[in-house]
Amino acid sequence: MALIRKFPLDPGLNFIGQRNIFLAIAALITVASVAITIVQGLNFGVDFRGGLLLEARLAQPADLGELRNRLGDLGLGDVTLQQFGEPTDVLINLSNSAEDEAGQHAAVEAITAALGEGTEIRRQEYVGPKVGDELKVDGALATLLAMLGIAIYVWFRFEWQFGVAALISLLHDVVATIGFFALTQLEFNLSTLAAVLTIAGYSINDTVVIFDRVREMLRRYKKLELNELLNRAVNTTLSRTLLTSISTLIALLALFIFGGEVIRGFTAGLIWGILIGTFSSFGLAVPLLSYLKLRRSSGKEEAEEARAAEPSA
Amino acid sequence: MVNLPRWQIILVALVVLAGVIFAAPNLLLTREQATRMADEGSILPHQQISLGLDLRGGVYLLVGVDLSALMEQDRDNLQEGIRAALNEAGLLNSEIGIVGDAVEVTLPSEDEADRARDVINGLQQGLAITSPADNRLRVVFTEAALRERTNAAMSQSVEVMRRRIDESGTREASIQRQGTDRIVIQVPGFDDPQRLKALLGEPAVMSFRFVNENIAPGARIPPSYEILPAAESERRAGFPASYVVSKRVIVDGDHLTNAQATFDQDGRPAVSFNFDTLGAKRFGDATRDNVGRIFAIILDDEVISAPRIQSAITGGSGIITGSFSVETAQDLALLLRAGALPAPVQYLEERTVGPGLGADSIAAGEIASVLGLIFVVIFMVVMYGLLGAMASTALVINLVLLLAALSVLQATLTLPGIAGIVLTMGMAVDANVLIFERMREELYSGRGPVTAVDAGYRRAMVTIWDSNLTTLIAGVLLFHFGTGPIKGFAVTLSLGLITSMFSAIMVTRVIVVFWLRRRRPQTLAI
Repeated sequence: MALIRKFPLDPGLNFIGQRNIFLAIAALITVASVAITIVQGLNFGVDFRGGLLLEARLAQPADLGELRNRLGDLGLGDVTLQQFGEPTDVLINLSNSAEDEAGQHAAVEAITAALGEGTEIRRQEYVGPKVGDELKVDGALATLLAMLGIAIYVWFRFEWQFGVAALISLLHDVVATIGFFALTQLEFNLSTLAAVLTIAGYSINDTVVIFDRVREMLRRYKKLELNELLNRAVNTTLSRTLLTSISTLIALLALFIFGGEVIRGFTAGLIWGILIGTFSSFGLAVPLLSYLKLRRSSGKEEAEEARAAEPSA
Repeated sequence: MVNLPRWQIILVALVVLAGVIFAAPNLLLTREQATRMADEGSILPHQQISLGLDLRGGVYLLVGVDLSALMEQDRDNLQEGIRAALNEAGLLNSEIGIVGDAVEVTLPSEDEADRARDVINGLQQGLAITSPADNRLRVVFTEAALRERTNAAMSQSVEVMRRRIDESGTREASIQRQGTDRIVIQVPGFDDPQRLKALLGEPAVMSFRFVNENIAPGARIPPSYEILPAAESERRAGFPASYVVSKRVIVDGDHLTNAQATFDQDGRPAVSFNFDTLGAKRFGDATRDNVGRIFAIILDDEVISAPRIQSAITGGSGIITGSFSVETAQDLALLLRAGALPAPVQYLEERTVGPGLGADSIAAGEIASVLGLIFVVIFMVVMYGLLGAMASTALVINLVLLLAALSVLQATLTLPGIAGIVLTMGMAVDANVLIFERMREELYSGRGPVTAVDAGYRRAMVTIWDSNLTTLIAGVLLFHFGTGPIKGFAVTLSLGLITSMFSAIMVTRVIVVFWLRRRRPQTLAI
């Protein structure tokens, strides 16, 4: 018995009618994300901040308060300590880490000693300040280029309005994801950045499916009013949008729960991004299309539709 | 559509078969068996997915080579070379100094400057000489010479580091140059970064020079001498804290052909060494003429031993008896065998994952992948019934193909890479969902199952291409700009997209077509 039969092909929901509400929500999310990021800042991981990170497994469950005191007494500068998965596991971040090799070695030794007998250092990462800055620049560059590359592809495959709408909704997704990391103060590191880029890829995947339907309908129903057409495109692809999002979320949920502490933040970012990317496809990209199209609708519509009707493949 | 071309069916069957064969070693062989088969040059498939350092455990080091220090040293040497050559040519009244990145020579007259130019020109290749004034010369290395020098220094650094790691008995280390002045070192299965850094970072510049015992400490030192500290172990053993040492080198470490940890006649750890022919001759001559004097064995500007010459040492071999432990003697012998680094190095980035965490990550990744797969399969079967089961079959085949591709390409699987696999599993059903939804539309507009299936595949195709290509763009850029684990994520994401398109489009089509032919259903239950 296939449950999908219960799902109508065209639910007939009025998406475009609600476009102002959707756009307001998208604007609110964007503004809130920017505000939170400015106020709270991102909790940069060792990759971008530079410094020293240690993941340690203690012989007994960690008493964080006491350990904090002990580490604070070492005089190593700004040390943060947090629980990491198992009760015996802790993560230690040292931001004002010594720049030279000897100082770094001394810091690791001192911390290991302060954690007590039988401590196992499970992970140790040191990123020099120079490399940290480079990784930041490279990361920002990769994100910008990915977004531009995707927008150019969409522009090339469709019309410029689609490209603009795609770029704006991509920006929205990326900003919202960064805002999510600022809000939750989950660590923002190289993996997180990969999550952001993946969200960009996923979200555009979603958007392109709807755009594709819009293009097809533009060719088929030349007389249909634009907003009506956009609305029907969103409705007829809704089952697919939901199914794919849910199946991806299911897989990610398994990763979030069972995938281990190291990538939990990364997975949390992906889950949020899938939700926001799904929303932006019908809540932002398509309504934008409606506005962008309306501006050029007067005399040129006939010509544009004729062009869109030509087989593109 | 139902008349699927035979070659397509055969192609699908062959690809799936190849996938199974090349993925099999990951499940059937242990890592030791696979390595043994590779050593024996087995023709059976034996390549397993190579795990990244975050899963295997190991040390990652990013080393910066200080090329500017090397350039500075080259300029100093050039200055000395010019001074000696001009003196030899009788141009005694020249002033020589370093200005910026050039050596500047000022002579009493224009005539002498011309002669000096000829002398310097004959000195070595790769020099560019200009005249800022009639009696002045400005000597710099040409761009080409600098580039060549940099490249040579980098290759030599990589080579020396490789020898040091090999000599220490560590296998499977990867040492690669990155960019102009960096080296990436990855040593799987090693979790003592401190020892690795000590081994790699030591410049290991060695020289034998005479000690001047006639200059009291604190007195003025002639320019041809310098004061060098003794190694800490020597100081602790009660030897002098520093020595006045001649700047003239009797023999340097380049002339060593071998070095081994050994014991001296009193049973204390020591290092024996051999010189090449030229080194042996120089050392023999110097010791013969200076019996009774002290010479210093200097490693990286520290005196590690200062023995008195009892008799001429002409055999080309000798023994260093410093204050060593067995381990420091072994390390010294290793460093001497591997040779000196051409320039100082600096650690820019370091990541170490212990074996415990790596194993935990693999276990967590496996559980998450399997459960993710099961959940997605259940979801698809619940939503699409029989067609969902067919899509699930394609999903499993997709995983097999992905494992095979990772094994054959020897791509590195990292923890974020596992996340990429789980993510593509969720997204892999997208193509099938697109196709099935199209079929549904066709069915509802009154078409029969065969036409609906046909149109479903045909019309969903454009969308599948567009949506997957955009994600692939993100994947490729991630691969290009990412480092380490991120690259691993980009690899599995991109490969996963490609295999999922194949399995969702081609594999399910073959399954669906066979089912249609055999059962001839009157309608599709979707």
